[in-house]
Amino acid sequence: MSIPVLELKGITKRFPNVLANSNVDFELQKGEIHALLGENGAGKSTLMNVVYGLYEPEEGSILIDGKTVRFKDPNDAIRNGIGMVHQHFMLAPRLTVLENVVLGMSKSRLRIGLHEAKAGVQALCDQYHFNIDINAKIRDLSVGVQQKVEIIKVLYRDANILIFDEPTAVLTPTEVEELIQTLLLFKQSGKSVIFISHKLWEVERIADRITVLRNGKKVATVEAQGVTKETLANLMVGREIHTDYGTLPEQHGPVMLSLKDICTTGKTRATSLKRINLEVHGGEIVGIAGVDGNGQSELGDVLIGVKGADSGTILYKGEDLTGVKTQLRLQKGIAHIPEDRIQNAIVPDFSIEENLILDSYAQPPFTRKGIFYPKEVHQYAQKLIEDFDIRPPLTHPLIKTLSGGNQQKAVVAREFSREPDFILAMQPVRGLDIGATDFVHQNLIDARNKGKGILVVSADLDELLSICDRIYVLFEGQFMGCFRPGEITYTQIGLLMGGQSLEG
Amino acid sequence: MSLEALEVMLKSVMGYATPLILAALGGMYTAKVAVLNFSLEGIMIMGACMGCYGSWLTGSAWGGALFGMLGGLSMALVLGFASIETKVNQVVAGTGVNVLGLGLSIFLSSMIYGAAGQPTKVAAFSPVAIPGLSRLPLIGQMLFYQHPLTYIMYGVIVVSWFVIYKTPFGLNMRAVGDHPAAADSLGIHVNHLRWKAVVISGLLGGLAGAALSIGSLSTFQENMTAGRGYLAWGVVTVGKWNPFGILLAGLLFGCGEAVQMRLQMDGFHIPYQFLCMLPYILTMLVVNGVIGKSEPPFAMGKPFIKGEK
Repeated sequence: MSIPVLELKGITKRFPNVLANSNVDFELQKGEIHALLGENGAGKSTLMNVVYGLYEPEEGSILIDGKTVRFKDPNDAIRNGIGMVHQHFMLAPRLTVLENVVLGMSKSRLRIGLHEAKAGVQALCDQYHFNIDINAKIRDLSVGVQQKVEIIKVLYRDANILIFDEPTAVLTPTEVEELIQTLLLFKQSGKSVIFISHKLWEVERIADRITVLRNGKKVATVEAQGVTKETLANLMVGREIHTDYGTLPEQHGPVMLSLKDICTTGKTRATSLKRINLEVHGGEIVGIAGVDGNGQSELGDVLIGVKGADSGTILYKGEDLTGVKTQLRLQKGIAHIPEDRIQNAIVPDFSIEENLILDSYAQPPFTRKGIFYPKEVHQYAQKLIEDFDIRPPLTHPLIKTLSGGNQQKAVVAREFSREPDFILAMQPVRGLDIGATDFVHQNLIDARNKGKGILVVSADLDELLSICDRIYVLFEGQFMGCFRPGEITYTQIGLLMGGQSLEG
Repeated sequence: MSLEALEVMLKSVMGYATPLILAALGGMYTAKVAVLNFSLEGIMIMGACMGCYGSWLTGSAWGGALFGMLGGLSMALVLGFASIETKVNQVVAGTGVNVLGLGLSIFLSSMIYGAAGQPTKVAAFSPVAIPGLSRLPLIGQMLFYQHPLTYIMYGVIVVSWFVIYKTPFGLNMRAVGDHPAAADSLGIHVNHLRWKAVVISGLLGGLAGAALSIGSLSTFQENMTAGRGYLAWGVVTVGKWNPFGILLAGLLFGCGEAVQMRLQMDGFHIPYQFLCMLPYILTMLVVNGVIGKSEPPFAMGKPFIKGEK
């Protein structure tokens, strides 16, 4: 093999109390797409931040084209041809595309040089078939286009090593396809790509080679050709894991929840619900698919009673819930895993045990005759922490000190311990690693098998396809269709998500 | 009202507006980099105090202006240290500077001028007519028969516009104001830029204070800013963080002030306190009705901590 364009040797990076990277080796060839796979907290981002000059490693060396380099800050990395497309876009929303691209690159102190840059930026857009108005302000662009601006920004700085940090997390299936095409173009033109991800299928599809990190250590580097999802998942988690829950025995209980002709006025026309009809039976998991911002949050809010519907009715076990207060709905046996964990599901500055009783602190045994008994809370919390494997297994730390996965376990523990008959799970595994994802899914499936009705709202289509019995596609507040997993193709689902109906 | 009287009134508008606009321009720089400048009041009062002292000491109004700027700068540095380095709540930091500035200015005055707390004779700026232009009907006197600080203000407006919208420095400032982490990821030093903006606001705010004490007047009085610093931050908002917008907003407020003074002199049968409210009411009406939605820089008031999302 030729000299790698980038080589990392024995990188070790410590943070207080955490060994983020431990003796990691990595190499990237010219024209290669190399995926970096690992769970959240496996050290992927830390390693890439070392490469991008944001962190200095305690040990180890970075070699570019065989020569050792040291990066003090991102400027050094950029000068060495390294560019990073961040997961959270680094774009100033009120500046134009062009201004964002040239930011920090002016040669004169008096002139920005927008005019001179124009042709070059436009040429880059054309080369990669990006249809971008370079004079538009960033905030007027869709997320997919913003990502293209990020890519242009990196290319304009002459990067030949491009790092993509979880780039597909925010894209629609169509946009993901476009991104994949772009990556292939990079490959053709001799650029090298590092692709950070925790999604197995995309890594398998895009990458030439895959390096798996676990707990800050490199586990293996494998050729993508011929590797199975199961192998990758096992490398990533270090234990057996099911990526496929199998076809579940179909069972149809009584109707748990039904929505009839629900209409709302949302923030925009796209998020307003338009005559939503939906039934969830006991013993089934119903999924709501769709790109974020098509009324999913509205639907959740209406169901849980945070927001009233303009018209239509909500029936729960035959009882009219329309107009019933949220607290009462919860007491009647509805569980809710909110969309935004930090904002709506937990109180970050409360302890783990306090968060576990947020819904029930005023009830016996925690409060009896107006007096609060912390001891009861403590015992109760210890049991839940054990049952739901919340780590660290302590009751007193503030919940914000836990990882996202363990925070979500606590939310699941709280909601499921109420013995609900209907569970509304909004984006239940967003931001969770594969282990925690598996945990949440397994709990939902167990609940289903016990005859509960479950509604899962998620932007992750693969998630829905793997656990749901039926899936509705939501687009601009309307259902575009309903299908069972396997009934229609991925492409057809993509069309529904984009607002095209399948008939005609 | 006769045409002549109107001309006189318009001329006074600029006298009120000049300090306000100068201070607001200073505030605009910190606003652009998302530092909440609640301390303009303290910066102005020190500018007024030191401006008067400088003029008294050197015998020249220009010397006073220089001292005023340094006085303003000293207060701005306190703000910068608190809000950029120690990252305290910026409203609290600004209010602290205001209390400090007010107290310090009174203390210094009594130290310098003795028990009376006021100097007897201080050199002040006098109006300079711009040949030709000052003869223009109606607005000639208003725009072109003013003390030199007003002309400096004109210059600052034009230069600021150029700096903010046409230079890399300005582009960097706008990026830092909306998305500091983005700027940082491209190697722009966020806190350096914020310090520069704070220094500029101190110099301009100090000059604004000097315009109060040795512009139209020639003395320093206790609390002579009387809330103009707070108002200047309002002018920044009404002017939509744009130098020319700030000019218009400042003039609007100056008009309100001029009208209420005029009504007081005419012996209108309304308690004068109500008349004094006029400029403020006018501002509120404009803020709510006329200018439409005005969005501050998105990172306003948030200290920058590297690596935090």
